[in-house]
Amino acid sequence: MPLGRRALTVAVGAVALAAIPPIAVALGQPFYLDLFTRILIFAIAALSLDLILGYGGMVSFGHAAYLGIGAYAVGILSHYGLTDGVLHFAVAILASALAALVIGAISLRTSGVYFIMITLAFTQMIYFLGVSLNVYGGDDGMNITAHSDFGGVLELDNASVLYYVTFAALLLFYFAGRRLVGSRFGMVIRGAKSNERRMASIGFATFRYKLAAFVISGAMCGVAGALLANLTLFVSPSIMHWTRSGEVMVMVILGGMGTLFGPALGAVAYLLLEHVLSGLTQHWQVVLGPILVLVVLFARRGVFGLFAGPTEARRG
Amino acid sequence: MQPLLVLEQGLNGVQFGIMLFLMAAGLTLVFGIMNLINLAHGSFYMIGAYVSAWVFQASGSFLLGIAAAIPAALLVGIAVEVGVFRALYTREHLDQVLATFGLILFFNEMVRIIWGPTALYASIPRFLSGQVELLPGVPYPAFRLAIILVGLAVALLLYLLVAKTRLGMLIRAGASNRVMVGALGVNVRLLYTFVFALGAALAAFSGLMAGPIFTVESGMGESVLILAFVVIVIGGIGSIRGAFVASLLVGIVDTMGRAFLRPLLATVMAPAAADNTGPALASMLIYILMATVLFFRPQGLFPPRGR
Amino acid sequence: MAEPLLVIEQLVKRFGGLVATDAVSLELPAGELHAVIGPNGAGKTTLIAQLAGELMPDAGTVRFAGEDVTRLAPYARARRGLARSFQITSVFREFTALDNVALAVQAHAGHSFRFWRPARAEAALREPARAILAEVGLEGREEVPAATLAHGEKRALEIALALAARPRLLLLDEPTAGMGSEDSARMVRLLATLKGRLTILLIEHDMDAVFALADRITVLVYGRVIATGAPQAIRANAEVRQAYLGEESAP
Repeated sequence: MPLGRRALTVAVGAVALAAIPPIAVALGQPFYLDLFTRILIFAIAALSLDLILGYGGMVSFGHAAYLGIGAYAVGILSHYGLTDGVLHFAVAILASALAALVIGAISLRTSGVYFIMITLAFTQMIYFLGVSLNVYGGDDGMNITAHSDFGGVLELDNASVLYYVTFAALLLFYFAGRRLVGSRFGMVIRGAKSNERRMASIGFATFRYKLAAFVISGAMCGVAGALLANLTLFVSPSIMHWTRSGEVMVMVILGGMGTLFGPALGAVAYLLLEHVLSGLTQHWQVVLGPILVLVVLFARRGVFGLFAGPTEARRG
Repeated sequence: MQPLLVLEQGLNGVQFGIMLFLMAAGLTLVFGIMNLINLAHGSFYMIGAYVSAWVFQASGSFLLGIAAAIPAALLVGIAVEVGVFRALYTREHLDQVLATFGLILFFNEMVRIIWGPTALYASIPRFLSGQVELLPGVPYPAFRLAIILVGLAVALLLYLLVAKTRLGMLIRAGASNRVMVGALGVNVRLLYTFVFALGAALAAFSGLMAGPIFTVESGMGESVLILAFVVIVIGGIGSIRGAFVASLLVGIVDTMGRAFLRPLLATVMAPAAADNTGPALASMLIYILMATVLFFRPQGLFPPRGR
Repeated sequence: MAEPLLVIEQLVKRFGGLVATDAVSLELPAGELHAVIGPNGAGKTTLIAQLAGELMPDAGTVRFAGEDVTRLAPYARARRGLARSFQITSVFREFTALDNVALAVQAHAGHSFRFWRPARAEAALREPARAILAEVGLEGREEVPAATLAHGEKRALEIALALAARPRLLLLDEPTAGMGSEDSARMVRLLATLKGRLTILLIEHDMDAVFALADRITVLVYGRVIATGAPQAIRANAEVRQAYLGEESAP
């Protein structure tokens, strides 16, 4: 049964990911722990995008902005000496949700090409905002002096702890996401992707639901941003550049969109590929670019489609 | 605030707007007719800037630089259209976004491979390096004036092409109803290639004019690209007239905003605060403008009829 | 006597120089099955679009159940009991037939800001959906993805989606479009069962269906109403016969 195959892939993946920290420590390669934490962070970002892209059909370039907002929330609060972890994450979530609300309220009045370009423009705007705020480092960015402090309950300055916290967040969002897409709300979002016109004629005012999905997605990505700040202890506007949104989008597609787990696979594939290629040549993007083009032209269903079988890669 | 400064910045705004128009015109045609999102449009701008700067450096002739840059962009444009875009016309926008994103990565890196990672120096040609007296006591850089004049000339030619020729009629028809144009027996493939090449040439032209003013570096196309997107969203996708009005609007608002917001704010708040909010607000001005226009007219100011 | 369920008054719609809807007036009492016929290009689809809210008329009004709905959005009309089916099948292709109808039921079963409970487990959505599928003859086909249904079945699903709202007025845009004679007959039988329970505005080319079902018929030519009346009167009307010369039955 397709359901069994998907569950198996997810279980295997989860076990593999859970084993990373002890393996990295045993091999004496802490760099890989950092790399995989980064991968998991982007997996969360990709999952949040999949909610609105894979299920909702909303091609949004906004996710770099929410990553940045989440990261800067941690950075700015730390800058002022406020290091409480709950505060950090609460602000990260609220700020990115608010940004998503405003951006969504305007962008969702349009559709198609307009929509894509407007989300792109807003992300660029937030990027420039970051560049021009010299008090927070401007273009150069700023260092973060302390991790989010959870008062001894979670020591985020311990790399393994940070990894497992990120992993837990990913699992939480994955399972919550599964419930979400199967719920009434999820059906409305999926229906809007399938046939917006029919949704209106059967009585759904889809705007409010799409906006809600947009906000949920943004907030989730904000969490990823806050985790990223804790990982790198550095924030700069480059997190928020629209090309970063493009990368997250690539992860979603590469992994298999509309699956929630696929994006995680995509994040693994993309960032590992980037890691390997950049070790071979500093000009790795000249290889990655054409690979991407070829994937789009010939292998659209992505990695997850290969593992989990064709019936799963199609939403049903 | 001296009136002279305002005039100068206003003209700079017009000049910037003209450059944006050249980018936006190609984009809006490609979207309007082929319904294709091409994120890599900025790459033609970049190719135009790089090739002309390089040839100018090597040969000493700015005109030779132009003569090399346009065909170079055309070549790349046609190669990309035939090789990649033909397969993308029928695909979803998402696929187009991803594929052209891949192209951006490729071109940006390619340029770094060929010309190195540091910015290329593009000088203003000698015959345009002076100042021109527009009115007694009102000097303005000759190069920027040339951009305005040449850009307006190109805009006029484009208008004549689209509004007064048979080819232009096909283009306008295609912007309203693609399928019908094909059904009428027009060689749609050739039309598409032509429109695409035209867009690439316009972008390259904009790039080669921009080179001496902005830096010629990898990734230079993307920031202009997004502004060009904002322009066509404001102007209405598929509308050249809309692109023209919107680019001037965006160019002037952006340039004047960057020049005058900070001093303006400094009159009502502490200089330190103005130093931060001024540039921040200035960079957001265009997007606020876009959001405002969209709020009242989601289809832009001049949407082509039939949409 | 109560106001008719649907009152269209002097509706006008122009596209540039073309007048697609030319001062159309029509009244539909509750419970009537009213057919709108006319040669191709008569403006029937434009009329439905204005009734459904997808197109705003340039002049004139549409009143539904005593309320002026002329400028109301499509979803608001659906919520008031005005449902419509499409001439070109417009269903949710990736969903099963049951999911399709359940979604339509969901639109009228309270709000959808429910994020946790699986919609597929809600009997309040599934049971009515099953019933409607049975009503349109799709019993046993519930778990088939809509994309793989046969054409006739898709058209039945089309109707099912409109019925799911338990509407008071049903706008049907060529329900037998693209159907062979057997499928058409089945559709006519289905519509006959709905007759009387619902008010129906039926756009059709299939004259057999029209004369079998209609209580009254309106004939539209070039956007103008040239005749309204009982089927026999329409049949005998000289102007109508002229408009249809050589177009006795739909292709």
